[in-house]
Amino acid sequence: MKLATALVASTLAAAVAGAAPSSEPLPQWLSETGYGAPEMQSFTPRYPLWSDGAAKRRWILLPAGTSIDRSKIDAWDFPPGTKLWKEFAFDSPIETRLIERLADGSWRFATYLWLPDGRDAELAHEWGLRMYPVSGAPDGRYAILSRNDCRACHEGPAVPVLGYSAVQLEAPPLPPALGYLHANCGHCHNATGAVAGVDLVLAQSAADPQASAQATRASLFGRASRFRSGDGDAARRDHVIVERMHSTNPYTRMPPIGVQVVDREGAALVEAWIRQTSEETSR
Amino acid sequence: MKCSLASLAAVALACAGAALAADPSQVARGKYLVTVAGCNDCHTPWIVGPNGPEPDMTRMLSGHPQAFKVTSPAKTPDEPWIMTAAVTNTAWSGPWGVSFTANLTPDPETGLGQWTQRNFTDTIRSGRHHGRGREILPPMPIRMYRNFTDDDLEAIFGYLGTIPAVKNRVPEPLPPAAPAGK
Repeated sequence: MKLATALVASTLAAAVAGAAPSSEPLPQWLSETGYGAPEMQSFTPRYPLWSDGAAKRRWILLPAGTSIDRSKIDAWDFPPGTKLWKEFAFDSPIETRLIERLADGSWRFATYLWLPDGRDAELAHEWGLRMYPVSGAPDGRYAILSRNDCRACHEGPAVPVLGYSAVQLEAPPLPPALGYLHANCGHCHNATGAVAGVDLVLAQSAADPQASAQATRASLFGRASRFRSGDGDAARRDHVIVERMHSTNPYTRMPPIGVQVVDREGAALVEAWIRQTSEETSR
Repeated sequence: MKCSLASLAAVALACAGAALAADPSQVARGKYLVTVAGCNDCHTPWIVGPNGPEPDMTRMLSGHPQAFKVTSPAKTPDEPWIMTAAVTNTAWSGPWGVSFTANLTPDPETGLGQWTQRNFTDTIRSGRHHGRGREILPPMPIRMYRNFTDDDLEAIFGYLGTIPAVKNRVPEPLPPAAPAGK
């Protein structure tokens, strides 16, 4: 089935293409992006995104003499020139992703693939690579995402920087399940993004964590999902969430991007919280 | 009567949307594009009529009929063949599993009734449901359709909002019989 495999890979790869062209060329090499500068600061978000078990490291670099405007606690304003990098590794580094704020205030996204000798990393094609061979990755395959895929998640909330925020770094800790939902689902499932019409609010707020937790409970419990159970009846949303987190079906699992392997620990965390909350609300 | 800025903005936006939907030339252009781009070929179920197989325009653009149950992929054909189409031309089985054509009518529960222009445009541009969900599967010609202009996509979405709503819940795609990663 070589022909079939090649055709479907080609068709699907083409399907995720189509990003708007960047306003200026991206550097060809990671070393030309500012990566490695002594001013780079590493950081670790409290609630990491599940990435099939990849080891990740993250850094931020602000232009000299600038700072982040934190006056909007849930939408920090990063100065133009801000750059963030995130490295994904299985045994050795595979890719380092870059987010950069340009002078006009817009953001751009890129991925750099590490050379086997680790000397540098080269700019990946904007369409990504669906089946990049990586030893140590699940099934020996690793998906390099397209720039459209970057935008799909990062342009969901008000600010496209997801891991460097008040919720992730500074605010009082959230219940772990809410933190997990925020980091893994909330960038799309929030009250203001492109899929706000789904009316599923899983993003959490540092400004008013009680209100955001209540919005999450209100959007999960006592609601029918548009997905059907096996007998065709409307399924409960809280059940569907857990089902889709556990699903290995590439077309119904959640999250839909950047995940091939179920995060059993994360799904169990959410499932336990849903069971407990459901029992509390039904008393 | 007091009018807040927010409510004025909401009224203005609603009026802009209504004007777009009501613009006959825009709707006509959308109809033209939908017709020549072949949307009915797959999104309208086919029946056998007096002249042979033809789209059943009483169910125009309503996608794979929910009463037509498909529970597993077709037997994989030998090369050089690669995919199998259902008799309605609304379900396709291939190496990706089974894809079902979507309900493009404005039914709010099962069609595009709750979609926004942005959802529609993002979907065609990115090849992902809503621009950020699962991939749009073969044989949808996303590779070509992503080249529609914004004006084209607005005309198409505007026209789709004017066609008769059909309540028809299209199933989710089925994975391949032996999904990768298992």
